[in-house]
Amino acid sequence: MIEIEQNIMAKNDGYAARNRQRLQGTGTLALNLVSSPGSGKTSLLVATIRALAGRLPVAVIEGDQQTSNDADRIRATGVPAIQVNTGKGCHLDAHMVGHAIDHLGLTDNGILFIENVGNLVCPAAFDLGEEAKVAILSVTEGEDKPLKYPDMFAASSLMILNKTDLLPHLDFDMAACAANARRINPTIDILHVSARTGEGLADWVEWLDNRRKAVLARSIAVAEAQVARLRLAAGE
Amino acid sequence: MHELSICESIVSALEASARREGFSRVTKVRLEIGCFGGVEVEALRFGFDVTTRGTLAEGAALEILEREGKAWCFNCSNSFPVTRRDIDCPGCGGARVTVTGGDELRIKDLEVM
Repeated sequence: MIEIEQNIMAKNDGYAARNRQRLQGTGTLALNLVSSPGSGKTSLLVATIRALAGRLPVAVIEGDQQTSNDADRIRATGVPAIQVNTGKGCHLDAHMVGHAIDHLGLTDNGILFIENVGNLVCPAAFDLGEEAKVAILSVTEGEDKPLKYPDMFAASSLMILNKTDLLPHLDFDMAACAANARRINPTIDILHVSARTGEGLADWVEWLDNRRKAVLARSIAVAEAQVARLRLAAGE
Repeated sequence: MHELSICESIVSALEASARREGFSRVTKVRLEIGCFGGVEVEALRFGFDVTTRGTLAEGAALEILEREGKAWCFNCSNSFPVTRRDIDCPGCGGARVTVTGGDELRIKDLEVM
């Protein structure tokens, strides 16, 4: 009998820690975008890239079982994108994302969007080294999605309710959806966005700016600690 | 079905442990799985049989110790066991409740030869 007391996810978590350290080192805000298929993740990214208008370096990792359609759509905006095809796989893992980062060649102090495979179950279990998970829920889905797929909404820091331009045609109850999400995750942020009309995009960009400042503040603290150690070693 | 990838992680952890400890066969594996570990125990059993075929753990018994979830109430600071995330505090009835435990996904111990 051998006691090993090891986390099953240790291998993935090791790769995730390495990714996180690299991203931190380059002052990059990395976000893991998760949703069901068809929530409008790629359209939201295209609209986000346009809204940022070259103000920050942006790069995108696209995860899908097959095709490079999504990466092609992102590249058409002039932003570097890499497509990861998971084949039979239902999620991205930290090892795949590490390789994708190698090929992307990140620019410092920007944003890396990782668009996960459209799936509200499996991606919840895999840390990719991101700063936060962002769940995107379109208003053409049910307002009870957070209750049906609680692990994903529990793991996410922000829920974006997308396609709000369609609300006049639907019976979707925004308040009920927000209450369901907060029941699963009392601290989750919630934004209302229409990638199509641009409504709410300014709030999303503000959220990105705030998270990016928090990441940069941490990178600055690490760099300052390093400088202090070096000064001490130099006898200053 | 991310249970298959999880089983592949288990097999590579067993192989690493075999190299470290110098054993060649695993006859039993005990896992601790929390109710918020994001894993379906039956799918895990199925995946374990499939992924251990042809490895050092082929035919090994799999014992799963299921761990209960724990939650904490923002309103009254009560801590209590839960099995779901959408639950009210049994103490004060408040709905601002956050899960604080039950996400275990651990290999506890092995029987080897």
